[in-house]
Amino acid sequence: MIEIKNLSKTFAAPDGDFQALKNINITVGDGDIFGIIGMSGAGKSTLVRCINMLERPTEGSVIIDGVDVGKLNNKELREVRRDVTMIFQGFNLLMQRTCLKNVCFPLELKGVKKKDAKKRALELLEIVGLSEKANAYPAQLSGGQQQRIAIARALTTNPKVLLCDEATSALDPKTTRSILSLLKEINQKLGITVIVITHQMSVIEEICNNVAILDNGQVAEQGKVSDIFSSPKSQTAKHLVFPDGGENIENTLKSERILRVVFNGANATDTPLIAKMAAEKGVFANILSASTKSIGDKAYGNMLLSFPNDENTLESAKEYLNSMDGLIAEEVK
Amino acid sequence: MFDNLFSPEVISETVDIAVNEIPFALWETFYVTVLATLFALIIGLPLGVLLVAGEKNGVLPIPKPVMSVLNVVINLLRSVPFLILMILVFPITRFIVGTTVGTVASIVPLVIAAFPFVARLVESSLREVNPNIIEAAQSMGATPFQIIVKVMIPESLPSLISNTTIAITTVLGYTAMSGIIGGGGLGKIAINYGYYRYKYLVMLIAVIILIILVQIFQSVGTKLAKVTDKRLKGKK
Repeated sequence: MIEIKNLSKTFAAPDGDFQALKNINITVGDGDIFGIIGMSGAGKSTLVRCINMLERPTEGSVIIDGVDVGKLNNKELREVRRDVTMIFQGFNLLMQRTCLKNVCFPLELKGVKKKDAKKRALELLEIVGLSEKANAYPAQLSGGQQQRIAIARALTTNPKVLLCDEATSALDPKTTRSILSLLKEINQKLGITVIVITHQMSVIEEICNNVAILDNGQVAEQGKVSDIFSSPKSQTAKHLVFPDGGENIENTLKSERILRVVFNGANATDTPLIAKMAAEKGVFANILSASTKSIGDKAYGNMLLSFPNDENTLESAKEYLNSMDGLIAEEVK
Repeated sequence: MFDNLFSPEVISETVDIAVNEIPFALWETFYVTVLATLFALIIGLPLGVLLVAGEKNGVLPIPKPVMSVLNVVINLLRSVPFLILMILVFPITRFIVGTTVGTVASIVPLVIAAFPFVARLVESSLREVNPNIIEAAQSMGATPFQIIVKVMIPESLPSLISNTTIAITTVLGYTAMSGIIGGGGLGKIAINYGYYRYKYLVMLIAVIILIILVQIFQSVGTKLAKVTDKRLKGKK
């Protein structure tokens, strides 16, 4: 379990101090996939670096399995870093080493015998599906492949926690999905707690169970991903959940009511949902914004619908939509 | 001054000198250059590492006063012209070699002139290493020493080789000057025959051989730097 308690971080700058993190309190349970999301400059990268003490917090503490890591000496801290490993946006592989030697690297640092390190590295290359690239250099690999090597490297020391700092931000959507499913697989098969830092809501949506939303160095909101998606409370959360719809809500006439429809694996890809609702219930909805995608034959994403300001209409629409499998409709106020 | 440069007597005399003295002079220039560069690397490499690693945000921060002294000493040594440095370090040369004259003695001032230069070159090579890679190594529990030896130096190897090539050609240029204090080699031949005895053709030949040496060192260095650079191996 990772407990971040009352954590603050201030950077001294020539034009005055800059407080990057203010009184952060987050608890991440074992085996969880925990997301930390925020816009650039919100302090998420600083926060994740405080977990393994790459950045020293100015105040507060980080407690991993009962150990206050801020109080450890350098040697003890290096041990902790073998248990709490990290992957990065830029992959950060050693460019002058082959992939195999990159994956061996953490064990080499630990002083493990070359032969044993190589054996373990080959196992991990197998897990990330890149056995055939063992003797290639990172420059010969695509971004997604490099990140897989980085993941393999982060797993060599059998960590308990994997920190992912914008690990998919430099990748295209398809590669992002494959890396995310690899992370999910690692989480499930090896029981490793994964902490995901991202600015993309879709990443949180896809793999996280819990999420903390950072804004301006503070936690604006945290909780279960499903709860925050269906009813975001803070302004920041709303902005993240309705990236384009946010302004639409503000601009909608006071005389209208809005429903947010979440597609959470609904079998709705070939059903003209809105049209059917109009035909069956006589309720006419106006689509304010929609961002859905199909994975397999299931639909994921969300949609904002506006209705005339009439309690009965709204209720029947809500009832109709909620009766569908994998669909959640909730009023946005 | 170049009258009669190619008269039969001059040519036969020059051929004589070329056959009898130039091979040994070439060998002297070669080993003095290589040895002086090697010693300069032995001293300059750790200093260059300290200049980068010892910074406030480096992997092995060193107290600021020590860093300042190091910087000043390096700059001081670099600002003294080699011709004068050779004479200034006579006491040190005498202490190490026992004499201030001769080919072996000329290695001492060469090393003293070259190591601060090498330290700066090493510094610039190491600064090219992506700081994110160093951070990644820290996140894996690497000690500062491991970061220096296993990350910073190997990752900047191609650049270190390029810069060593620059150092070696500079030292080669200095060896020619050490002819003044009795250091052997092609420089001595050029000065003794060309400057003191007006045998310009000998001087010309010595200079041409020096040029060829520089070319060889540079080509080998460039080639080595390319071969060791794994970042250049593009996607297949």
